[in-house]
Amino acid sequence: MPGEGQRPPYLTPRVLLLQSDAPHRTPLYQFHRDHGGKMVEFAGWSLPVQYKDSHIASHLHTRQHCSLFDVSHMLQTRVHGKDRVRFMESLVVGDIAELKENQGTLTLFTNDKGGIIDDLIVSSTSAGYLYVVSNAGCAEKDSEHMQSKLRDFKAAGRDANLETIEFGLLALQGPSSARVLQAGLTDDLSKLTFMTGVTTSVFGVPGCRVTRCGYTGEDGVEISVAEDRAVELAEKLLENSEVKLAGLAARDSLRLEAGLCLYGNDIDETTSPVEAGLVWTLGKRRRAAMDFPGASLIVPQIKGKVTRKRVGLTSTGPPVRQHTPILNMEGRVIGEVTSGCPSPCLKVNVAMGYVEPEYVKAGTGLQVEVRKKHVDSVTSKMPFVPTQYYTLK
Amino acid sequence: MRTRHAVHCINTEDSLRCALHHINTHCTRLKRSQPTARKFTDKHEWILVEDGVGTVGISQFAQESLGDVVYCGLTDVGTNLKKMEEFGTLESVKAASELYSPLTGQVTEINDALADNPGLVNKSCYDEGWLIKVTVDVPSELDELMSEDAYKKYVKALEDS
Repeated sequence: MPGEGQRPPYLTPRVLLLQSDAPHRTPLYQFHRDHGGKMVEFAGWSLPVQYKDSHIASHLHTRQHCSLFDVSHMLQTRVHGKDRVRFMESLVVGDIAELKENQGTLTLFTNDKGGIIDDLIVSSTSAGYLYVVSNAGCAEKDSEHMQSKLRDFKAAGRDANLETIEFGLLALQGPSSARVLQAGLTDDLSKLTFMTGVTTSVFGVPGCRVTRCGYTGEDGVEISVAEDRAVELAEKLLENSEVKLAGLAARDSLRLEAGLCLYGNDIDETTSPVEAGLVWTLGKRRRAAMDFPGASLIVPQIKGKVTRKRVGLTSTGPPVRQHTPILNMEGRVIGEVTSGCPSPCLKVNVAMGYVEPEYVKAGTGLQVEVRKKHVDSVTSKMPFVPTQYYTLK
Repeated sequence: MRTRHAVHCINTEDSLRCALHHINTHCTRLKRSQPTARKFTDKHEWILVEDGVGTVGISQFAQESLGDVVYCGLTDVGTNLKKMEEFGTLESVKAASELYSPLTGQVTEINDALADNPGLVNKSCYDEGWLIKVTVDVPSELDELMSEDAYKKYVKALEDS
């Protein structure tokens, strides 16, 4: 709990386990195996890459019905204290103060060089803390980063505390997810819009934090659930025949079609939010005040120049993967692909990558070099597949 | 769909197989001979030699591991391959898998059906989903490959590890 004892709060069992060699197991590890999950190591965790259904079948099922993903590997943190908003704003680019109660936002931890340390979701809760979900692959550095800032923050006499929570996290994603979930809720899901949340009971499991968000481009929720009730909740959701289990493989192709960045591939400590096309995450007030890490480098880029920008690409023929060189029509290398796959929905190759800024206009003809052969490609707006977020707009 | 196609070849003793290799390689004008048993590489390709020409594909284990094949890129007819040289790529949504020639030889034919229907590799990896045909230039290389039984044990060890 916040403020307790001498042990630094970031040295929680979860973070300690991440430092050992054996992959960590989520509360659903045995559940996955029992359901035919093919387990692989991902970001230090043992997770299912797929189940018995093929990758494409699972991907399409998510777009047409809904799928349940175990995302318990994500780092979940609560930020307590009366100065918690101010503390969070000392780390991220977003306007956390403007978040309404139970509203969340995608934001970025940035460094002093204007690079992205991680992308994360920060939600304001009515329980008096901020609920933060960040990437498993960045768990250690995120914890250390937050903790180190917290020391300075407290030394200045301010009040904030961090609590890493040992909760499972289940993502239910797809057009029928709200209908499936509604059967287990007393709250009216039609009032829970995209990027808002509620703490409630789900199918009799109390204390769940339900946030309407996800990583597939579909309508859906992520449910933070006590570790010892996670399997029970997964089983309840799976009772509805609309729901199938989906693994990391479908999660990756779904997020790519939705144009969403994967940290470590599409954004990292060397990419700026402006290069990455994430200017919308920079809060208006924060830009004016230039008071987030790296602001003096990032803010001038908005109206000035960057050397590269993230862009979507489509092509036919051989699939385009990470590190594929991108060339202009004259054959000069102008960038590189950061992730790509054949799109199960569109039946063409989709990819994202960084190119020199003069080539970003949608519809620009380019080439990609796949196995030493030049293949025609065209820049595309993202998302590649329209998103279906429940925005009520 | 996932059942293994019957291995349409005779199960011979090694000596007989050697004799057949000899006939296949050196006496191709003789009447059509029986194919040898299917042999496997440690990279999960198989080869089945008939009339001095080897038909190459990937194993059941390989197609299952790869998942839905959505793109099949194969080298051109006429390419001279060395043993274990790359001759193409099979791609699923999540990954690309390089293909390696089990033997030294020249590509005499590629499976054109895969261009429009790469999923044949999943549906029928030992039959309709074959990849290329190659001449058998160094028949002794065949002896360096795994028999079906040895390959089964090899896969089992991989699955258990």
